[in-house]
Amino acid sequence: MKNPVLEINDLRASFNIKGNYYAAVDGVSLTVHENEVVAIVGESGCGKSALANSIMGLHNLKNTKLEGEINFGNQNLLELPLAKFNKIRGKDIAMIFQDPMTALNPLATIGRQIEEPMDYHLKLSASEKKNRTLELLRRVGIKNEQRVYEQYPHELSGGMRQRVVIAIALSCDPVVLLADEPTTALDVTIQAQIMDLMKELQNQTKTGIILITHDLGVVAEMADRVVVMYAGEIVEMADVKDLFENPLHPYTRSLLNSIPANFEGKEKLHVIDGIVPSLQNLDRTGCRFAPRIAWIPEEDHEERPEMHEAEPNHFVRCSCYKTFYFPEDRVGENEYVATES
Amino acid sequence: MLQFILRRTLIMIPQIILVSIIVFLLAKAMPGDALTGAFQGNPDVSQEQIQKIREKLGLNDPWYQQYGRWLGNAVQGDFGQSYVHKQPVTHLLAGKVENTLLLSFFTLVVTYIIAIPLGIISGRWTDTWADKIIVTYNYFAFATPVFVFALLMMYLFSFVLGWLPYGSSVDIKLEEGTWDYFVSRAKHLVLPVLSGALIATYSTIQYLRNDIIDQKLKDYVKTARAKGVPEGKVYIRHILRNSLLPIAAFLGMEITLMITGSIFIESIFSYPGLGFLFIQSISTRDYSVVTALVLISSTAVIIGTMLSDIILSIVDPRIRIE
Repeated sequence: MKNPVLEINDLRASFNIKGNYYAAVDGVSLTVHENEVVAIVGESGCGKSALANSIMGLHNLKNTKLEGEINFGNQNLLELPLAKFNKIRGKDIAMIFQDPMTALNPLATIGRQIEEPMDYHLKLSASEKKNRTLELLRRVGIKNEQRVYEQYPHELSGGMRQRVVIAIALSCDPVVLLADEPTTALDVTIQAQIMDLMKELQNQTKTGIILITHDLGVVAEMADRVVVMYAGEIVEMADVKDLFENPLHPYTRSLLNSIPANFEGKEKLHVIDGIVPSLQNLDRTGCRFAPRIAWIPEEDHEERPEMHEAEPNHFVRCSCYKTFYFPEDRVGENEYVATES
Repeated sequence: MLQFILRRTLIMIPQIILVSIIVFLLAKAMPGDALTGAFQGNPDVSQEQIQKIREKLGLNDPWYQQYGRWLGNAVQGDFGQSYVHKQPVTHLLAGKVENTLLLSFFTLVVTYIIAIPLGIISGRWTDTWADKIIVTYNYFAFATPVFVFALLMMYLFSFVLGWLPYGSSVDIKLEEGTWDYFVSRAKHLVLPVLSGALIATYSTIQYLRNDIIDQKLKDYVKTARAKGVPEGKVYIRHILRNSLLPIAAFLGMEITLMITGSIFIESIFSYPGLGFLFIQSISTRDYSVVTALVLISSTAVIIGTMLSDIILSIVDPRIRIE
């Protein structure tokens, strides 16, 4: 087994909403190994970004409570004072942001922005920094790097800016790289280019990558291991091949079943009933996905759903996966038919 | 950049000409003229004589001829005679321009010295006790009319405590160029400057506070934090640079506001500047002086706007015009 680089233990991130704390990330445990791409998937509001922000310490601590452990090396990042944490983030742990149009400071040149983390983490002279920056720009596929170095963000296209954001993240050779939906804000052709770039960079380094996405195509192409999150919890975790070939949890199966490409045009596209409950409205007892698969009898769920190793290295939450079926597959043989939402 | 400044300066010329026409016509539209003011009701001067003088002075010519003459002279620095003071307007303005510029400059500097740190504290540490105190002060400054505040300051520091003089710009017994003269000038500036500045801070504090609160939630700030930039530097290098943009943009406007807006302060402290002269001239119907002053202040507004544009184009790469 490869070396673990980041270990998350029972992480809980709760937000203060009108005086009460509600967990957006609810007991997540996850280990990232070196040279591994772990994809975190789930629909909007399932806690993916809250998880990334917890790792990077980007939550506003005035209204966020963080519990559990995020272990990097032999330190728990959650207990680290900010000054020490600042020595790690940007250097050992870096992040690629979702929207390149807003992630760059409009008043600083591209060169300055890529060099900035080096100011704090690497002892380099001005010319060394510049050379390293130009090298980084070339690595992320920017050809006229001399010119871009002097330019301001508004002079670049979205795809170019995302390359710059990636260059910033790579500037100090991170051990762990978080990519929070790095292609969501880009148009499709650029998305493919950026994903190719990420894959290429991943092959060159030993960096462990946490890739947050809701694009299952990206997952299939990039990831080694997939974590499926629903309502703040991990519901399934498996190697990418296992997950796509043998999805277990009803939520994973529903997600995969909702992809138009897997669908041969003979029936209606599968739609998951209902919506992701909001933080305040979430029922935290029992299986959280149960309300959206109402045709599965209550006794098939566990009272306190736990993760089970259903197959070697393939974990799934709750026992409902054992008896789960799609109602449209059994029309005729079962009187229950899902209502369309 | 140079080209932009040049072009921006050229645009100013038609603006100033237009303003001067309006100013001239407005002055013409006022009832009566210089002669009515000087000789009306004087039994020794007959209407015919007045008519003759009018003809001689060219006051019966069409407006554009008069305007041409007036502008021609004004460009050469001749704004005509003050009817009240019986001396060239230029003489009247001489020392006063300097006084007003001095007052405005120090008021502006003190305003920023107070407002920028307070705005930063207030914006960075929102909802702390420090922020609450600053916001409260700000509402007071916003709500208090400058003439009320200036009177209070004068009462407190000149009459009750007797620390500072309450009128004029310098002790007239002193000789120009001596150290005592300099000290006296400085002392005479303190109250007018403080009275103006303590009130003028509100817009800068408010702008800065709001903008910092706005900026600190932006994504690029997250990027900076994710780079491991220490919190203090996140503010100085990222948030502040962006938040000072609107302040910089207002600097030019602020300069003109200071020149035109010190009327109250100068009147209350009998400070011999342009504002004080303006009020005096209006109440004595000294039209040639009023016209000259209106022209000067409108030109100041135009120049101030241009300065704002230039400053903004220097600090914000996004609006640099090629």
